[in-house]
Amino acid sequence: MKFATITFPGSNCDQDVYFVTSNILKQPSAMLWHDEQFDLASYDCVILPGGFSYGDYLRSGAIARFAPIMERVIEYANNGGLVMGICNGFQILLEAGLLPGAMKVNQNLKFVCRYSKLAVVNNQTPFTNCCKAGELLSIPVAHGEGNYYIDRPGLELLQANNQVVLRYRDQQENPNGSVDNIAGICNQAGNVFGMMPHPERCAEAILGNNGTDGLKIFYSLLNYQQKESGAR
Amino acid sequence: MRAKQWEQEGLTREEYDLILEILGREPNQTELGIFGVMWSEHCSYKNSKPVLKKLPTKGERILQGPGENAGIIDIGDQQALSFKVESHNHPSAIEPYQGAATGVGGIIRDIFTMGARPIATLNSLRFGELDHPQVRYLFKEVVAGIAGYGNCIGIPTVAGEVYFSDSYRGNPLVNAMSVGLMKHEDIATGTASGVGNSVMVVGATTGRDGIQGASFASDQLSEESVADRPAVQVGDPFMEKLLLEASLELIKSGTLVGIQDMGAAGLISSSSEMASRGRSGIEIDVALVPKREEGMTPYEVLLSESQERMLVVPKKGQEEQVAKIFNKWGLKAAVIGKVTADQILRVYEQGELVAEVPVSALTDQAPVYQRPQQKPAYLEQVQSFSPAGLKEPTDLSSVLMELIGSPNIASKEWVYQQYDHMILTNTVVLPGSDAAVLRIKGTKKGIAVTIDGNGRYCYLDPELGAAIAVAEAARNIVCSGGKPLAITDGLNFGNPLNPENFWQFDRCVEGISRACQALETPVTGGNVSFYNESPAGAIYPTPIIGMVGLLEDIKQATTHYFKTEGDLICLLGATRDELGGSEYLQVVYGLEQGRVPELDLALEQRVQGACLAAIKLGMIKSAHDCSEGGLAVCLAESCFEREFGVQIEAQTKLSAVAWLFSESTSRIVISIEPKDLARLTEVISTYDLPYQIIGKVISRPRFQINNWIDCDLKEMKNKWQQSISARMEN
Amino acid sequence: MQFVVRIEIKLKESILDPQGQAVRGGLTSLGYKNVVDVHVGKYLELLIEGSKEQDEVERQVEEMCQRLLANPVIEDYSFQVESAGGIG
Repeated sequence: MKFATITFPGSNCDQDVYFVTSNILKQPSAMLWHDEQFDLASYDCVILPGGFSYGDYLRSGAIARFAPIMERVIEYANNGGLVMGICNGFQILLEAGLLPGAMKVNQNLKFVCRYSKLAVVNNQTPFTNCCKAGELLSIPVAHGEGNYYIDRPGLELLQANNQVVLRYRDQQENPNGSVDNIAGICNQAGNVFGMMPHPERCAEAILGNNGTDGLKIFYSLLNYQQKESGAR
Repeated sequence: MRAKQWEQEGLTREEYDLILEILGREPNQTELGIFGVMWSEHCSYKNSKPVLKKLPTKGERILQGPGENAGIIDIGDQQALSFKVESHNHPSAIEPYQGAATGVGGIIRDIFTMGARPIATLNSLRFGELDHPQVRYLFKEVVAGIAGYGNCIGIPTVAGEVYFSDSYRGNPLVNAMSVGLMKHEDIATGTASGVGNSVMVVGATTGRDGIQGASFASDQLSEESVADRPAVQVGDPFMEKLLLEASLELIKSGTLVGIQDMGAAGLISSSSEMASRGRSGIEIDVALVPKREEGMTPYEVLLSESQERMLVVPKKGQEEQVAKIFNKWGLKAAVIGKVTADQILRVYEQGELVAEVPVSALTDQAPVYQRPQQKPAYLEQVQSFSPAGLKEPTDLSSVLMELIGSPNIASKEWVYQQYDHMILTNTVVLPGSDAAVLRIKGTKKGIAVTIDGNGRYCYLDPELGAAIAVAEAARNIVCSGGKPLAITDGLNFGNPLNPENFWQFDRCVEGISRACQALETPVTGGNVSFYNESPAGAIYPTPIIGMVGLLEDIKQATTHYFKTEGDLICLLGATRDELGGSEYLQVVYGLEQGRVPELDLALEQRVQGACLAAIKLGMIKSAHDCSEGGLAVCLAESCFEREFGVQIEAQTKLSAVAWLFSESTSRIVISIEPKDLARLTEVISTYDLPYQIIGKVISRPRFQINNWIDCDLKEMKNKWQQSISARMEN
Repeated sequence: MQFVVRIEIKLKESILDPQGQAVRGGLTSLGYKNVVDVHVGKYLELLIEGSKEQDEVERQVEEMCQRLLANPVIEDYSFQVESAGGIG
């Protein structure tokens, strides 16, 4: 499975994602610089990593959304390609309109970095098919603007379409005050996914809490890809 | 008329006379300003140099000692670590968010200037007591500033320490440390050589921010200091992230002669230091420096402390290559002058000479003073105090509850959750343990890093207190499975012209020196911050020790908390009746008095040796340094993570209070499986040290010690965990 | 001709503003108990050059707000355009 991770000026989790796809998953991986309109068609998954693209100035993700490569990402997503946005990457997907809603500053106004417990709400996506429905994942968050907001009709639409993919287990585990404890959502077609927690930070047992729950997200992608190519 | 001017630049009559002698003429205003800032303590170390000579700086692993932007040590496999601590106390007192943020930015720049990729930062903070609203404001903003900068640039803040004492109310301490990883072949230096080579400024534009910051750091804080806000710089971590990537790319490109961070005293300091190291001269034209404000005078351009800038000397003909690399990252690069042969610094403005000073006059020939010292009058009184006369409390359980709720001992979760401590995916042992442990990708190795200090001990006994800080840092490294390698020191003191303050400084350096020699951890560089005073007086003498250690095998990384029911708890080292200077005295009686604990460096080495040997043999389940709050607190901290209880049977001739709360040095609490007891005693016997099996880990969340203490562990944990956030989030 | 454009951006009335609430709490604790609501927003100042008419500039700023400066999902914006003189 060919992965592309995109680096914007100020991205800082790009190397971490690349390390997982290349060294842990051992899949062909590329890092693409933001200011070129690469042809993405040859990749099987495009990842927008975490960080502070353009310093998060104005609004997180607002400026990165206009980087030249984003035109290609939008085109790629509209053609059904798998796109995953992690943290700042999720924020960029919202700003680009590939996912609905917006991010506000965390409820307690503080950056928060800690492990959080997530419930898998929808395990029928290319990003979560290796998880059981309702399974609890322990994955770290690290953000200051992860307070996901969408208006009530929008939320009802998300729920009706099974687009809420990950939720913080409960209000206590919710680090940012997001609507409906939302931690990750996908688009209606299911090929674009954004999550605030960082699966790349817990893809090896040696790190932090001995957990590798993050790997389940990446394995889901491999699993999906295998089935897809088998079906073809 | 002149008299006013040299005083305004912070110079003395004698120093002005020396300038006349060096130049053979009167300096013009720009030159006087240059001397003022370059001869400030912050740049010249004129007061501290003779004392700092005591520090051991040699060792087989030292690749770069003091004198460069940061020190470098060898960690094998052609890899090296660059690390250093730096203070940003005064800027943080005036504008806490930006002061702390730019402190982090500055120390990170020092590291990547050496050619190393920063992989971790640490910080050591001191504030007044949290019941003052102004202190809470400073604390909140400093933490937010460190987080804001470190999180955005994407370097994990993995460890630190925070203490609260009235001594720091008017003058908080913000010391930041950064650690970088590099290959030997990528070591860069801040040297300007090769006559005719260009001198370039790269990165951000130059504005009026931070002018005279270095002189400001070399003065006391006063009511008027708040009006000095324009002297504080504003940091741009996004710009620095780009600068970091561009600089490392530049260093690897092989186009460089030298590179130097533009920190304190900006362009003037970086250019004279680079020229000095290269035994050359430099001429620059301030008109060529990219600026963000109009109408800046040469003086302002030279002294600006605008952040996120570097001075670069490329090899001949490589200017365009340098510019190309920086442009790729959206940064400016401009040629502003060239290297000359005559060891003179010449400054032009549009071709017109505005300053001409011998380089050595700003560096080697800067005045050096042997300041008078006097043992402080208060010492005899505080040291003669004996806790023996105090009426002991009867309810020791509630004393313990009070201690773990003391902000000095309570969990620092409120702080470190605001820091991204996992980014770069190397953090194996997260904050909250004795030291942070990071893996080195692509190897079996890891490093352990810690930062420690104890201002109260140093107030009560500067030499011993400073030595204890070094010993504790080493113990923290060892408890995490690392072998201590080297230190960087952040020396925070009051006005050095006060003989009592200077005596404290001298004694502390002596203590560091003695401990570093015994523990074989040389000093690779550091920072001196004097003038830490407020109208209420000088701060406690506060040397901060940043230490790095090496784990040959990352699998030996060890944490502080108990892991399994039934494990035996063993105390390495011995507890003595040493309550002087303890957190117990402070919390229960409000006293900061008495004799600090003794330190036998030979015993310290044996305790650390035994612990590390046992860790390497794989029998240690947990190891925790026993220090502030004593054994009772150490045991409680070991229980919290997994919510185990303990059943402790202390066999001792000491009083309950002494056994529980003495802060005797050279002690480590470890836990092992019962089957490993014989192997452990074998290891210990080869190191010849006192030890005692004191109890076992139990599954019931109950904390029991003899019939002295019996507490509900969850209640304890709650108090410990909530203490700081409850004070901050009311 | 030069125009100075002053833009205010704030969270929509219906959306909880954590910063505004925190500021209100701070003011209340200082004794300003009559402060019933606080909104924290952003202020931008643009200097626009060219020979354009004022309503053309206004159309352009409207577009800037829609596309980049504000996030219409959660934010409202308002702006004023003022002639700053220059050779017209």
